[in-house]
Amino acid sequence: MEKDPNNILEEVTQGDYKYGFYTDIEMDTAPVGLTEDTVRFISAKKNEPEWLLQYRLDAYHKWLEMTEPTWAHLLHPPISYQDIIFYAAPKKKKELSSLDEVDPELIATFNKLGISLEEQKKLSGVAVDAVIDSVSVKTTFSETLEKQGIIFCSFSEAVQKVPDLVKQYLGTVVPSDDNYFAALNSAVFSDGSFCYIPKGVRCPIELSTYFRINAANTGQFERTLIIGDENSYVSYMEGCTAPMRDENQLHAAIVEIVALKEAEVKYSTVQNWYPGNKKGEGGIYNFVTKRGICKGNNSKISWTQVETGSAITWKYPSVVLMGDNSVGEFYSVAVTNNYQQADTGSKMIHLGRNTKSTIISKGISAGFSNNSYRGLVKMTKRAENSRNFSQCDSLLLGDKCGAHTFPYIKTENKTSIVEHEATTSKISDDQLFYCNQRGISTESAIGLIVNGYAREVLKQLPMEFAVEAQKLLSISLEGSVG
Amino acid sequence: MKIMDGTIVTSYNTRDALLKLYEENSERIGKNDSARISALRKEGISLFKQKGFPHTKLEKWRNTDLSKVLNHNFSFPLEADSGEVDFEEVFKCDVPGFDTFMVAQLNGKFIDRGKIISQSVQGVVVCSLAEAFIKHPGLIEKHFGQYAPASDSSLTALNTAFARDGVFIYVPDNISVTETVQMVNLIHSGNEVFLQTRNLVILGRNSSLRLVQCDDSVDDQIGFINSVTEAVIGENSSLDHYKLQNKNDRSALINNIYFQLEANAVLSTNAISLNGGLIRNEANVKLNGRGAHADILGVYLMDRNQHIDNQVFVDHSQPDCTSNEMFKGILDDHASGVFNGHILVRRDAQRTNAYQNNKNILISDKAVIDTKPFLEIYADDVKCSHGATVGQLDSEAMFYLRSRGIGMENARMLLMYAFAAEIVNRISIPQLRLRIDDLVKKRLRGELSVCDQCVLHCNAKEQKVAFEIDMSRI
Amino acid sequence: MLSIKNLHVSINGKEILRGINLEVKPGEVHAIMGPNGTGKSTLASVIAGRDIYTIDEGDVLFKGKNLLEMPIEDRASEGIFLGFQYPVEIPGVSITNFMRTAVNEQRKYHGLDPIPANEFLAKMEEKKQMLEITAKLANRSVNEGFSGGEKKKNEIFQMAMLEPSLAILDETDSGLDIDALKIVANGVNKLRRPDNAFVVITHYQRLLDYIVPDIVHVLFDGRIVRSGGKELAFELEEKGYEWIKASLV
Repeated sequence: MEKDPNNILEEVTQGDYKYGFYTDIEMDTAPVGLTEDTVRFISAKKNEPEWLLQYRLDAYHKWLEMTEPTWAHLLHPPISYQDIIFYAAPKKKKELSSLDEVDPELIATFNKLGISLEEQKKLSGVAVDAVIDSVSVKTTFSETLEKQGIIFCSFSEAVQKVPDLVKQYLGTVVPSDDNYFAALNSAVFSDGSFCYIPKGVRCPIELSTYFRINAANTGQFERTLIIGDENSYVSYMEGCTAPMRDENQLHAAIVEIVALKEAEVKYSTVQNWYPGNKKGEGGIYNFVTKRGICKGNNSKISWTQVETGSAITWKYPSVVLMGDNSVGEFYSVAVTNNYQQADTGSKMIHLGRNTKSTIISKGISAGFSNNSYRGLVKMTKRAENSRNFSQCDSLLLGDKCGAHTFPYIKTENKTSIVEHEATTSKISDDQLFYCNQRGISTESAIGLIVNGYAREVLKQLPMEFAVEAQKLLSISLEGSVG
Repeated sequence: MKIMDGTIVTSYNTRDALLKLYEENSERIGKNDSARISALRKEGISLFKQKGFPHTKLEKWRNTDLSKVLNHNFSFPLEADSGEVDFEEVFKCDVPGFDTFMVAQLNGKFIDRGKIISQSVQGVVVCSLAEAFIKHPGLIEKHFGQYAPASDSSLTALNTAFARDGVFIYVPDNISVTETVQMVNLIHSGNEVFLQTRNLVILGRNSSLRLVQCDDSVDDQIGFINSVTEAVIGENSSLDHYKLQNKNDRSALINNIYFQLEANAVLSTNAISLNGGLIRNEANVKLNGRGAHADILGVYLMDRNQHIDNQVFVDHSQPDCTSNEMFKGILDDHASGVFNGHILVRRDAQRTNAYQNNKNILISDKAVIDTKPFLEIYADDVKCSHGATVGQLDSEAMFYLRSRGIGMENARMLLMYAFAAEIVNRISIPQLRLRIDDLVKKRLRGELSVCDQCVLHCNAKEQKVAFEIDMSRI
Repeated sequence: MLSIKNLHVSINGKEILRGINLEVKPGEVHAIMGPNGTGKSTLASVIAGRDIYTIDEGDVLFKGKNLLEMPIEDRASEGIFLGFQYPVEIPGVSITNFMRTAVNEQRKYHGLDPIPANEFLAKMEEKKQMLEITAKLANRSVNEGFSGGEKKKNEIFQMAMLEPSLAILDETDSGLDIDALKIVANGVNKLRRPDNAFVVITHYQRLLDYIVPDIVHVLFDGRIVRSGGKELAFELEEKGYEWIKASLV
């Protein structure tokens, strides 16, 4: 009669990682390990101004004094920082001026990932910055955007082109000594995306960065800085993948967002770093600091993330609500399977009056994985009449995984309202029977129910991403879909 | 530093003073110990020596700072004080119709008033812990220190090292204790005292007990109480437990209770905190048998510079257990509150049903609340949910009441009362519920201070409450 | 079409069905009546394949195939539809998405390609109009926040979409007001064809005013104790179940 649900769960959780290939590209790398010389090497490679080198060195010295945080609900062997290559770049033959000069292997790599670097073949309405290992290889549509005064380029390029803007905002949202991994990134960050939307401009297309770790034994430390000037709007997307390897690779990124008066920045991530194999070997250690500041009144920052990859995820996209009436949002779906571990959530720091924040988090655990929501909502004295609503739900598939919820709520004024709700549940037998009775197999039913469960978050994603995210959810949990 | 018959008066380094005190008196403290208990004490003191008092770097103590309340010139009485207090006056209970079997501790020492619980013929024992060490060594050996692991907290470790006196309650199988046992802990001392009390409550199978634990100050002296209670509830037994706290603003009270529930046991514990300089209640509830159920409730009304910290740890280690946590608090002036709830559902604890909620109202902009409702779940067939809210009084309800002609102040009072009533209404002893209800009203009107007697003898003249309105009709 | 022989079913060792015999032919409408707790819903669930029951004895054949060996979804694809007494809520899954998945999986079972999106939407529209269902229902999550009547209408709508050869409606009339009852009954009547059959489980005769059965069975204490034409339903309504009980002694 009925298939044993446990077997089915096993079947549906055997999804393979289809981005696990490796591309053989000629690389330019830094010597293994981290010393002051490594920091100088990276800075010199990028021909950086002295102030930036000093910024890096300062961060490096702070990092040496700090210790790795241990408060997260994560277990992993110690990371050996001296065995990591901190800089790896596809070897450039000369300065790129057109796509024809990009290594064909690279173009093929991105094609294989479904990301075309050729503008005419691209998804309409999305500009892409492609970052492989440590550096940006190609930014599409940048000329089109320039006409409106929008700057969208690699971080290294921005340091050369608009050094004053970079200097003005770098490290203002995530200080270099914010935490252990932020300090590390501030010392050795390689490349990433830079984005500036001028006053009153609504960015007409989606901006997107695609991150790819390719080289072995290499850490990836990209840095993204987005500035929404007064009364501007931008929607930004980030995607990522890595080859399958037996060893763990470190990824420690920083994303900083600044929203000035009346500006709105929407940041969406589909994180699909290699999660390791079914035995929990290999996979990316993903220690990321993402934070935005609603600096001006009436500004808004919205984070949406779909987390399916990485062996370990340590990530708390946050919003500092400084301007009065500013709005912060966090929508998250985190799926863990096999031996993956995720400790993720958000921080909403209310400083301004009448500020509002929303946190919707949906955790889905399967296999032997552990999935934790960790969040902080803080209402300071000045944040009168502010509101937060948080909902953090967990869905368990199988009896060997864990789902945890660690909310921290601190309120220091009497006019603010904070509400937190959470539930933990499994897919009920009644739901499965109902689907089965309509002719839907248990495997499809689980996919259907999980997607339905995550719908509130998925609908926040830009169209182009939503489809990919839905597929990913199915791949992460099912055998054959995709 | 002067030493006189077991009392050391020190300045400031409380930890070292305690270590020295232990070293000098360990033989006296442990004179009735078995080998196991002797080892427990040694483990306790060495853990305390190693860790010292909990500090704000520890996750569980992040928002409760003991450094100030420990920075006093404490005395550490090891023996009972002489009779400066008129016990008959103290133990005059004026709760109408609330007939309890009262046991009292003065400055941490059990006061033997020669009274014996009526069901003693059936084997029920209520006596001092010190007496139990001598008269019931079998029970002590089986239960003492089994539910409160020294590794849990350095304060528990310290308490175990020094544990001498406190209340011992034993209810054999198949006995429903008819009298409510009321434990009154009074502090009355000319000195600044540091006290450690230890209670042990043992319920056999198919038994039941109602227990009211009152912590009161008699004077306004500085004091620090480190109290540990172990309670084991046997199969099919039930414990109905209340903590009433009405302490002065200069006192610190750490009330750490370890409950263990066997199969189908039922626990209801309700912490009612009305006053106190610094109160920390830790309720550790281990659901150790199938079908056990625990209600863990609390209400706190704090103002001035008072600090309240409720820590609840519910350990679902067996299948088919249910737990229900609800804490509500109102904070005014500079008061600060902490709620840290932690539900752990272990791997095989299938069909667990756990609920956790913490609701707070801040009355003043100087008041602060930290709430952390945690869920840690390793079993899939569970229903767990939690919620936490911080807010103010419902403005629509305020409008509704005022539109019916109720003045602003009374409307506010009424809504605060209604907020607290959800917990108060769950007190199952009718006389006690009425009394607490009255105390809450007085507290909200600002009429309740720490009276010179225990919380249940509040002799202040009854005043007609201005807001006697049937809440169910609103 | 459906042939049940000497079916004995228990749950947790407690026997609920004690030897059911039932033959349903294409084009027929059967009504199963009986007091609460006599095993009506159990029978419906067992035919659909609910696995909480133990089959102690007996056979259930559907179009000549042994139903008891089939997984739930295969039974559905073979053409069995169960209208639930208490339809479950599936948050976040729209009815459109749900139905498309169901239709396509059933098509896959029969070796057919998935239905093209436009064709599917047209079919949804057609069935909705036929059943006089307002457009809003389809975009909502399956049964989430539905009223009792909406849930039952949604069941009939799904039945129309899936075009089963045998539909078992388990107390579809319970909790319905008279207007909703008419819509539900109307739907069933519109879907009646010579090649399909219905088993209507109900507690009251009321529904049978609108869905006229060919054969009425009375289920009592796990057995079919009486079968007859539609008059039997009126007789039951008039005399009550006590009459059955008395006549059994």
